[in-house]
Amino acid sequence: MILILTLLVIMVVAAVWGVMVRSLLKTAIGLAVVSAIVSIFMFRFNSPLAAVFELSVCTGLITVIFLSTIGLTKPISGEQLSSVTKERLKRYRYLPLWIICSGVMALFLVGLPITIIFVQRTVETDPRHVLWNLRQLDLFGQIIILLAGGFGAVMLFKEREDNEW
Amino acid sequence: MPSLLILVPLLEIIFFNLFFGIQMTRIALWSAAALFVFQILAVLMHNYFFYNPGLDRINSFFTVHLGADRLALIMLFCIAAVCLVSLIIGRYTLTDKKQRFNFINVLIIAFIGMNGIAMTKDMFSLYVFLEITAISSFILIAFRRGRASLEGAFKYTVLSSVATIMMLTSIALLLFTSGDTSFPGLQSALANSKHNYVVIFSIAIFICGLFIKGGLMPFHGWLPDAYSSAPPAVSVLLAGIVTKVCGVYTLIRLVTGVFGFSPGLNALLLFVGLVSIITAALAALGQTDFKRMLAYSSISQVGYIILALGSGTGLGVIAAVFHLFNHSMFKSLLFVNSAAVGLQAGTTEMDDLGGLSSRMPVTSVTSIIGFLSASGIPPLSGFWSKLLIIIALWSAGQHFYALAAALASILTLAYLLIMQRKVFFGKLAPGLESVKEAGLGFSLVSIALALVTIMAGLFFPAVFVSVFEPVKQILLP
Amino acid sequence: MSGDVLVLFWTFVIFIIMLCATGVYCMLVTRNMIKVLIGLEILNKGVTLLFVVIGHITKQEPLVQAFVITMIVIEVVLIVVAGGVILSVYRHDESLDVDNLRNLKG
Repeated sequence: MILILTLLVIMVVAAVWGVMVRSLLKTAIGLAVVSAIVSIFMFRFNSPLAAVFELSVCTGLITVIFLSTIGLTKPISGEQLSSVTKERLKRYRYLPLWIICSGVMALFLVGLPITIIFVQRTVETDPRHVLWNLRQLDLFGQIIILLAGGFGAVMLFKEREDNEW
Repeated sequence: MPSLLILVPLLEIIFFNLFFGIQMTRIALWSAAALFVFQILAVLMHNYFFYNPGLDRINSFFTVHLGADRLALIMLFCIAAVCLVSLIIGRYTLTDKKQRFNFINVLIIAFIGMNGIAMTKDMFSLYVFLEITAISSFILIAFRRGRASLEGAFKYTVLSSVATIMMLTSIALLLFTSGDTSFPGLQSALANSKHNYVVIFSIAIFICGLFIKGGLMPFHGWLPDAYSSAPPAVSVLLAGIVTKVCGVYTLIRLVTGVFGFSPGLNALLLFVGLVSIITAALAALGQTDFKRMLAYSSISQVGYIILALGSGTGLGVIAAVFHLFNHSMFKSLLFVNSAAVGLQAGTTEMDDLGGLSSRMPVTSVTSIIGFLSASGIPPLSGFWSKLLIIIALWSAGQHFYALAAALASILTLAYLLIMQRKVFFGKLAPGLESVKEAGLGFSLVSIALALVTIMAGLFFPAVFVSVFEPVKQILLP
Repeated sequence: MSGDVLVLFWTFVIFIIMLCATGVYCMLVTRNMIKVLIGLEILNKGVTLLFVVIGHITKQEPLVQAFVITMIVIEVVLIVVAGGVILSVYRHDESLDVDNLRNLKG
């Protein structure tokens, strides 16, 4: 329990730090830390397949995509930087306060009664079987979406001159 | 049959891309058109295709989660019709072969996504197909990479993803309290636990997510930008069917099938509907760009659909579905006309246009039919659907809302009349002397859509009894 | 409904709410388009964590793993497409400022 609490606190602190820091690279690293901690929770809660997916895809692939996007675009130039910095600190200083307030307000929700209906079904124990037998439509949807992603990458990333409509 | 409607397009896409893609552009165009026409015919002969026990082996591929009842059949017809219209417009407005090929492919992907939304019976699969449709819409808006299109696409992406996250949260909480994600399972579980805080919260969050997707008033920020800045073929697709299926149809399906009507929900729907109608109509009065005005008009008409749904009766649901169908038809017609005007005259700013009825007679006449239907003038179909909405509201006891809806039609008539006068009537604006009528494809499509509107209005009693009244059966448990 | 499980659930819900609040704040306040996308990703992580906790509590881990895998695939495709749009805007404008996206008025 203490371990879970520690990990949760580190996760929220990493997210807040990532949002508040000035450099975009550190924000991407903050996102990677949050993904890694979510993956650790998945391991802890007996979902190894999803944990490996989350670790390899979100902590790995998505961070690489963000870093390459950040690398392909220049940051704003020097003289604008100083004027933006002062102003952004004013905007971001409310964030930790806002987070702690939301946490405290969430505490008030704790007392509400919940009734949970446990459905006793014969559940497949292997998520691969669940995906293949029970949720074929989702699997099909994933194939379609990967196809759409492929088309999107081809259509949006190529360097071309286009006229405006 | 339901499974075929999402499997065959996938096979088509794979087939197009296996060989050297670009040379197949013409084949791609004709086979995509054949696919859409096939779906229209399959819906019109639905007794043979959908309910035939002889086709059971094909049906059983995905039957766990796919099913097509009367409401889904109406949506499948609209989806195929508007996709066909968009394909034809795309063929005329996209001159680069490579762009046309990519457009056809992503259009078919959006078509698969929308078919899936119309036929699914499970919440999580609904989310998956919503995302397929949304992502293919982002690509379609942005693929010509004009500065304005990219801006519209970015705003749509961000807001649509926020809506998706709200819906996912709701699905997670509903999984928590009822252990199931399919529509029948959820309906039986929710029928017993109406006063559970978690359930009420998750229903509210889901409906807010659907309001964002459907472009209703507090959450409509992305809609005018996305509709007006998209390429013409994509504007037709978005306005005619994507927003309707993703937002409004899903709302009708879930409220009648899963969440159930309750006084709080009805009040929310009525209020949001009325606010959408009135504020969007007032905003449309002040627009100077043709497509942007049509976008605000779409928000207003969708408000009518939600208002009808909020009445909570069977007649209200039928009226909502009928208005959804009519809106697909006449809004696509108006956007096709705006595409024709834009292509021929080079601009869609209403202040620069004028007197086009002498140069573009077909476009002008079909546009008149479209706007008369939208304002609810008899005997066109728009009149019947608005009448049904007002009757449904009145008989459900919502007298104030019924009167407000009737009065708001005057606003609709006002802004559409302004549009018609500025663009088509009046003196011919300078610089437009050489404008010709748009090509044969545009004329055929606008005449076809206008004919559908006229016939659905003239033959209303027959159409109503045979097509729309069985929709009431979705309310039965 | 054992109290121990409920305590776990509420602990997670509090932290998930804080994470989602961070994501929403990031999306609202930032002036950089890539950071808007990162804020969206933080929200996605929050919902993924919510699914995982609910799966553990209702003992439906295999089903929830299938859901989470699907969600991750969709999320990656979304980032690819949104990243493409952002890069195209950058090529037009030479800047990633969100305030530049105010050309469409009315």
